[in-house]
Amino acid sequence: MKHSANIEADAPSISRLRAIAGHRAVWPVVALALIFVVDGFISPGFFHIRIVEGRLFGNLIDILYRAAPTALVALGMAIVIGTKGIDLSVGSVIAIVGAVITWRIHAGDPHFAILLIALGVGLLCGLWNGFLVAILDIQPIIATLILMVSGRGIGLMINLLYGGTNPSFISPLLQGLSVGHIGLIPTRLILGVAIFCALWLLIRRTALGLFLESVGGNSAAADLTGINARLIKYAAYLICALCAAWAGVILAADTHTSDPVSVGLYIELDAILAVVIGGGSLAGGRIYLGMTVLGALIIQALTTSILTSGLPPEYNLVVKAVVVIIVLLLQSNNLRSALYATLARQPR
Amino acid sequence: MVGVSKAFPGVRALERVDFRVEAGEVHALLGENGAGKSTLIKIMTGALRGDEGEIRLDGRPVEIGAPGQARALGIGTVYQEVNLIPTMSVTKNLTLGRQPRRFGLIAWREARRLARARLKRLKIDIDVERPLGSYSVAIQQLVAIARALEDDTRVLVLDEPTASLDANETELLFGIMRNLKRRGIAMVFITHFIDQVYQIADCISVLRNGRLVGSAATADLPPLKLISLMLGRELERTEERLAAGASTARGEPIVVAEGVGRRRLMAPFDLSIRPGEVVGLAGLLGSGRTEVAKLIFGAVRPDCGRLEVGGAPMTTHSPGQSLRRGMAFCPEDRKAEGLIGELTVRENIILALQTKRGWLRRLSHDEQEELAQKMIKALAIATPDADKQVGQLSGGNQQKVVLARALVSDPRILILDEPTRGIDVGAHAEIVALIRSLCAQGLALLVASSELDELVAVSDRIAVLRDRRKIGEIESREITRENVIRTIAGAKA
Repeated sequence: MKHSANIEADAPSISRLRAIAGHRAVWPVVALALIFVVDGFISPGFFHIRIVEGRLFGNLIDILYRAAPTALVALGMAIVIGTKGIDLSVGSVIAIVGAVITWRIHAGDPHFAILLIALGVGLLCGLWNGFLVAILDIQPIIATLILMVSGRGIGLMINLLYGGTNPSFISPLLQGLSVGHIGLIPTRLILGVAIFCALWLLIRRTALGLFLESVGGNSAAADLTGINARLIKYAAYLICALCAAWAGVILAADTHTSDPVSVGLYIELDAILAVVIGGGSLAGGRIYLGMTVLGALIIQALTTSILTSGLPPEYNLVVKAVVVIIVLLLQSNNLRSALYATLARQPR
Repeated sequence: MVGVSKAFPGVRALERVDFRVEAGEVHALLGENGAGKSTLIKIMTGALRGDEGEIRLDGRPVEIGAPGQARALGIGTVYQEVNLIPTMSVTKNLTLGRQPRRFGLIAWREARRLARARLKRLKIDIDVERPLGSYSVAIQQLVAIARALEDDTRVLVLDEPTASLDANETELLFGIMRNLKRRGIAMVFITHFIDQVYQIADCISVLRNGRLVGSAATADLPPLKLISLMLGRELERTEERLAAGASTARGEPIVVAEGVGRRRLMAPFDLSIRPGEVVGLAGLLGSGRTEVAKLIFGAVRPDCGRLEVGGAPMTTHSPGQSLRRGMAFCPEDRKAEGLIGELTVRENIILALQTKRGWLRRLSHDEQEELAQKMIKALAIATPDADKQVGQLSGGNQQKVVLARALVSDPRILILDEPTRGIDVGAHAEIVALIRSLCAQGLALLVASSELDELVAVSDRIAVLRDRRKIGEIESREITRENVIRTIAGAKA
């Protein structure tokens, strides 16, 4: 930072560049754009959007559609990470919610009630995690690991309640919320946007966001200011589990079944990745909801691109890792300052 | 040690200090924070190297370049924080790094025998297989001493060994120290507890600002003399009080503490503060200033006594309740307990007020900006704008942000712990003036400070603390530096 003044004095263009590049949204947007540019070259029809059976179809819609559950989970994760925590149990919450939905449908409950039950189950999971982290002061990674490990087993046990291994179900209501569409637009996107807006209002239009970030930034200081740090942490895990529960509804309805072993597998890792690509730090103290969604979109865009490009799917994970590393490096302040220093030294 | 100096970049930590310890004596090393005690100890034990001067052991000059060498020469150290591993057994802690081996493996039976032998030297008999953490702090401290003490140890350095011990535990430790003394071991004893110095020490050396300002046999150095040496004041010099006759105190007390205290932290004390009054907390380092402030604010929960704020007793003793009752607190350690470095200046400033309003009634961005700008101007906080991350401000400005946060919450009672630490003289005067004007409007103020001059200048009443005990109160007209020092020194246990 000591040299920045000099650089700005003799290289105004670089200082402007720095101002633009300094904005946190720039690099993720650039990354997403780059992915699309590459897509445009290798598969010319990539951006084509058409209407099939009264709804929009196309790669771009597909990316949004498939990213929705990850983005939901990532939003909850962003809030938890903002409090310097982490929630590894989101995949298990999805599995439990799916199992409970299938079970209750087989039991013949009204489907609207089942939707509420599903969210209630999510809330219970959040209560458990919050209890371990905020009340018992267990480190978040361990506390949520408990549900992460046990959750899929709980899902299987629920399946056993009525004797199915991968029981399937049909529910017009739930499937309507997941794979249906209103007008041309898939319902899950509309609901996803609604949930995003609700969370944004909750975080940015009440003081909850400030309190969450204070607790994440310096828990002791927040406590001495009078903030009830335990309660705030508790709230974060509740919100996160609710988001995961909604993702669970979408995924269960999408697959028509309860498959606790593989539904939402590794989604917690994608969610954490989305938060980090969006500029969130595991050290806590900052919550970027919009950026987190962008992160989830980048991850899904990559996956979709690799699949449509004709690369063998085995390459998927490795290519994903490479792109993620590049995005994170671009966001690194140290690397950026080093880059500018080199740029500024070059004669023009 | 003769003429030992040490300079760190920008500071001269030690200036030609001579320090002498005789065999079989307990030598107390005293001084306020930053006086150079730790540096001296580190040079003696090989953790640091002195820039000049030499160290002699039995009259022979020695080189101590590393902790290992110090140990080989017979100098053992027990550091301030017990640096043992609480989850490991006593045996493992006592033999860590020098386990007896057999065929390349650790011989645990031999290790246990060794551990017991080490403890026996101190006449301690405990189960060496239990994890260290399951024992009391006092026992842990003794284990630390047992670890430092070899067969051939000649000098034992004890850095604040009694800081977290209660009276009985301290007595136990002293018993062991007397025992070691009889065996001819020289001990360097660092403490902030003046009483303890007179209980156990044969000799006292006082450091101040890196210089040795006095060294004498305990009998020749009465408490009064000792404390003025430490604080660097000659008692003849008495200054006029700034606030003399300007007291704005009125009405019934707004804070009443009766017998509030907490075991190991602070003996029960009584204290009251009236609106418009400035109550100072004076005492040496470690005397309990911060503890009193935190107990009253509820940052630390008292385990006895009764605390009334605004006419109603405190029930939960939480910062949240204190905030709602109109209290605000500026902690001493702004990095660890004050600021939220990730957040902006604006967010830090409005945080307490926002907490008071609750999460639903959010201050709009414009309101936040207005409050922040007002405080930035009032306290002359040097920041380009209110949206700068507070972690990037300089120390003094960070301190002002903490103060701004407390003031914005519109408190009736303000508790300041070291309010002017790291603040330049100009800002200091501004802050004092601001505090004065707030008091004129009926704010009750509790100030804990190590700057005696500052306390004397602003306080209407000073509560004097010593060794985690309130030992007296000085009223308006009697407040002079001399009187405060007398009180600190006077109450000899």
